[in-house]
Amino acid sequence: MPRYFTREHEWIEVDGSTGTVGITDYAQAQLGDIVFVEAPPAGTRVDQSKEAAVVESVKAASDVYAPASGEVTEANAALEAEPALANSAPETDGWFFRLTLSDPSELEKLMDEDAYKSFCASL
Amino acid sequence: MSMNTQGRISRPHPDNDAPDGAPATFTGNRALMLEEPLIFERDGEGVTGVDFDELPEVTSCLGGLERRRPIGLPGLTEPEAVRHYTRLSRQNYGIDLGLFPLGSCTMKHNPRLNERMARLPGFADVHPLQPIDTVQGALALIDLVGHWLVTLTGMHAVAMSPKAGAHGELCGLLAIRAALEARGDARSVVLVPESAHGTNPATAAFCGYAVESIPATQGGRVDLGALKARLGPDVAAVMITNPNTCGLFEPDMIAIGEAVHTAGGLVYCDGANFNAIVGRVRPGDLGVDAMHINLHKTFSTPHGGGGPGSGPVVFSEALAPFAPLPFVEKQGERFVLVEEETAAQAGHGGAFGRMTAFHGQMGMFTRAAAYMLSHGADGLRQVAEDAVLSANYVLRSLEDVLEAPFAGSGPCMHEALFSDAGFAEGFSTLDVAKGLIDEGFHPMTMYFPLVVHGAMLIEPTETESKAALDQFVGALRSVAERAKTGDSALKAAPVYAPRRRLDETLAARKPVLTYREPSLPAAAE
Repeated sequence: MPRYFTREHEWIEVDGSTGTVGITDYAQAQLGDIVFVEAPPAGTRVDQSKEAAVVESVKAASDVYAPASGEVTEANAALEAEPALANSAPETDGWFFRLTLSDPSELEKLMDEDAYKSFCASL
Repeated sequence: MSMNTQGRISRPHPDNDAPDGAPATFTGNRALMLEEPLIFERDGEGVTGVDFDELPEVTSCLGGLERRRPIGLPGLTEPEAVRHYTRLSRQNYGIDLGLFPLGSCTMKHNPRLNERMARLPGFADVHPLQPIDTVQGALALIDLVGHWLVTLTGMHAVAMSPKAGAHGELCGLLAIRAALEARGDARSVVLVPESAHGTNPATAAFCGYAVESIPATQGGRVDLGALKARLGPDVAAVMITNPNTCGLFEPDMIAIGEAVHTAGGLVYCDGANFNAIVGRVRPGDLGVDAMHINLHKTFSTPHGGGGPGSGPVVFSEALAPFAPLPFVEKQGERFVLVEEETAAQAGHGGAFGRMTAFHGQMGMFTRAAAYMLSHGADGLRQVAEDAVLSANYVLRSLEDVLEAPFAGSGPCMHEALFSDAGFAEGFSTLDVAKGLIDEGFHPMTMYFPLVVHGAMLIEPTETESKAALDQFVGALRSVAERAKTGDSALKAAPVYAPRRRLDETLAARKPVLTYREPSLPAAAE
């Protein structure tokens, strides 16, 4: 399934019209130990590049932006119960939320894995 | 030559100052560094500092609602209670103990004259509900402080009641909202630059506004082009911190104000860093509509150094009619408090409401008045100049060992900002902070502002002498060099503090916030 990345270090994996969103391994390493995650509840409308979730580490609280617009169908309850998942498995079990994409053409603005890797290397 | 003939050692053995190798003591104390348990753990069964009479027999009227367990107050004798708190106080660090470089907090010395004035019974013992005619001196003092604030900021009016900085921000935004609604133009967005204080976006969100960030330039200032591009009919206000959280003056302030006003919005300025410009720059001349002033920063008595917070807000002419009640006003020879009942006839019918039950922090007004009057206008100007000089001394003394991302753009204002660039692999700002604790300093503000990686924000204030600054610079230089060379012992710091490195992650993930007696069953929760 195709996976896209943002300059703000979110990833989205797309399966048909459903997207799964999380933060990247680079992001979790920068944030440090994550102690709290607030993902949007099902039914929330999110807009591309706007705040969708909050992640709090020992160092700072940060907004997580929606990589694409749509309606949230599920927040990762396991992550909210165990925020450390965002550190240990950021790009798998530590996903934040799933959404139904309202405009898949928005994905064209995002980076693929290779582009994101070279973007991180440039930071 | 004087001989030591008693076998008394007059010099410490070089190994003796290494706690790791030092033998454990029976008490856990290390000489005068005393271990102290929680007061609940000091509880002695049946111990009390007071002799109570035997309780008479009473008939309960509580109908089965009587408490069945003791309420859990620890029992201590008076000397035990005194020692407990004295021991804890010895583990505290405050401005009265040493240099406190916490950036954006202006931890300056609190002159003892302030304390003497604040304890005068005419100020300290008044009650907010006393008849107005019996508190004329207190009202005159509030009016005096307000006059100084309005004069120093070049603004039109002042609300004295907000209790601290963020409360002042809320007050300012509520006035902005009231002004916009009064002209039938309720707007939904507040713009907050990346170089602003962290409380600003929280305040705007608390007021119900959508918060949008404006990026900082490479030079650590507001990106004027990006700000102008975002302005529009939905933008209620821009919240700017000037000098900003990178310790820099925002040179485009007037252009920002003009652009925001042209777009129909208002300008809020976070005045937390006013110490750097007091007596030198009047924010009213820069197009600011509302600004809070942390009396407990610029006008002494910082956190832990005296009284509580106090955050009066000054307003431009456009916002003055919406400032909250109550007001101190001089009517003839008499001071009055303008409250709801008299607001309309006193010309304050547009006031958006009130921030507090009463008039504000009287003790802080007294301290601020003492500070203002004892310094005078020229003294306050020198405060700003000396504070900026101290910060630049720190910046230039350390820029060869620590990366200073904005040092190339010229002098800083009240605080010096460094990044963690150049540290050895695996070493971070946190290690430097812990190393500073071993050196006997409170660490600087760290990991803020967010625009700088591993930020270290140092505000020395005008309090410190050159000798004190040199000692701090020497300590930080030594710790920074250890981080750069990868001295593994630094990862273990603090070594000399009563506690070693704490597990902050566990504390945040599984906080224990109340004391539970080990014997009580979990069901008691």
